[in-house]
Amino acid sequence: MVGRNNIQNRIIDQSILVVLVVITLACLIPLLHTVAVSFSDKSAADAGRVLLTPIKPTLASYSKVLDDSLFFTAFFISIKRVLLGGLLNFVITIMMAYALSKDAKQFPLRNVYMWFLVFTMMFSGGIVPWFMTVKSYGLLDSIWALVLPHAVQTFNVILLMNFFRNLPKELSEAAEIDGAGPWYTMIRLYVPLSLPAIATVTLFSIVFHWNSFFDGLILMNKQDHYPLQTYIQTLVAQLSAQAMTAMTPEQLAEAMAVSNRTFGAAKIIVSMIPILVIYPFLQRFFIHGITLGSVKE
Amino acid sequence: MLWRKRSFHYHLMVWPGIVFLILFSLVPMFYSLMAFQDFRPRRGITGSDWVGFENFKYMFELPDSRTIFFNTIFLAVMKIIANLIVPLVFALLLNEVRVRFMRRWIQTIVYLPHFLSWVLLATVFFDVFSLDGIMNKLFGLFGVDPILFYQSNKWFPAIIISTDVWKEFGFGAIVYLAALTGINPVLYEAAEIDGASRFRQLIHVTIPGVKTTVILLATLALGNVMNANFDQIFNMYNPLVYQSSDIIDTYVYRVGLNDLQYSLATAVGLLKSVVSFVLVTVSYVLASRFANYRIF
Repeated sequence: MVGRNNIQNRIIDQSILVVLVVITLACLIPLLHTVAVSFSDKSAADAGRVLLTPIKPTLASYSKVLDDSLFFTAFFISIKRVLLGGLLNFVITIMMAYALSKDAKQFPLRNVYMWFLVFTMMFSGGIVPWFMTVKSYGLLDSIWALVLPHAVQTFNVILLMNFFRNLPKELSEAAEIDGAGPWYTMIRLYVPLSLPAIATVTLFSIVFHWNSFFDGLILMNKQDHYPLQTYIQTLVAQLSAQAMTAMTPEQLAEAMAVSNRTFGAAKIIVSMIPILVIYPFLQRFFIHGITLGSVKE
Repeated sequence: MLWRKRSFHYHLMVWPGIVFLILFSLVPMFYSLMAFQDFRPRRGITGSDWVGFENFKYMFELPDSRTIFFNTIFLAVMKIIANLIVPLVFALLLNEVRVRFMRRWIQTIVYLPHFLSWVLLATVFFDVFSLDGIMNKLFGLFGVDPILFYQSNKWFPAIIISTDVWKEFGFGAIVYLAALTGINPVLYEAAEIDGASRFRQLIHVTIPGVKTTVILLATLALGNVMNANFDQIFNMYNPLVYQSSDIIDTYVYRVGLNDLQYSLATAVGLLKSVVSFVLVTVSYVLASRFANYRIF
């Protein structure tokens, strides 16, 4: 009996593992394909012969990216945006989360602020009024248009606030008795104790700023003000414009060949690099951070 | 004496954020009044003529409006269903894996797409689904003729839904995995002593253990019924598939910011906001009543 069960169990385990490996590969294959195309010889890629390994490997498309000054302008605008926006989010998220983690007895208007925060998260005026507002502040074509409107990441504030609330109350009480003020308690006690949660919300805010393309598209009029994702998006738009006009398969194939796959793929890969670099470091935090932040008393 | 009070400092900590919210969330709500105006940029919101519900009436007379409302709700609901089920199945499978490094590797890989932007992924998928792309090669193995995925109103919604699941299922599984680790191991030991097979353990221990999480997520998802994901569709669609995948948000963008019909676009957007707001509120009320859920 026991022996049969063991064999049965091992068969189940193995088949589950096979299914999971297939799923995982399905996640990887589109990305691996893009990497393979980016390193391939142009004619092989345009003929659609590249699958998961580069054909006649070359760095030609990457050196072409290096020569593309618009790409690098956009890349550095994105870096600047992430640094400014990430820092602003970091400071505001910690301050708001800390103050709002106090209960209504310690901080009388806490619930009023809380409802205001939730209301602005759930209800928006829509994209046209938002555009009009930012325009009326004279922020068009300025880096601050990409940073200031997203200064408060409400979801992150709530996540970190819940994390703070789960820290033992005795800690802040003890600090208060020892004469520590609110700022001191926040910076010297709460922040060091909440590093996994802070790393999580920082990751979210960095990824948000790096990946945003739409605000760049509507708020920037000049191409050399575009952040990276907006710049790439305008290239994609050209591509799909071709797809819609070229009706017959032959014409479409022709359009695709002109579009230069390897160059495009190299741009995609370079744009992914910053995310790929921070991801492994922060990944071990965020699972922990999310689950703890979502548990309430 | 004011600065000595602790609550004064709490106000000080909250206010910078509140100011930003007033400037960039509350003020736009004031601007959305132009949904009830014949808005002229030159005359501004204070100088434009009021037209009542004229823009809303006009909106419902447009032939496009039925299509975009239907597409929005259809795509959003399909995504909600798929994004509830696929991550659950994945989490249940992953939960059975006892080899730690395998678990870690699988998790690292499947969470990754969540962090990549739709702009980049749209380009990746444009290639994957192209005429000589991987997908057509895969179908070709089964003798299927190459398909023009991006020009077919039959295939395109399926691509929108499946690529969304591809991007989000791993990340969506985190919540389920947390619920699964919360199940008391004693329950499994007891089931094993009673002679329950692994399948029966799944039915009688694991599924009941995640049931509340599933119900909670399904309830909260109600708030997303009007949200078909602008970022994805805007980057993937083209005029040939407007019929099957043009949604409220993409329509508002084209009408409002490309064609400069500000009032009409604002009216459409405002209608969506109001309906969404009602749905989100209802979903929170239900979630707090039945699953004891609180946002804060």
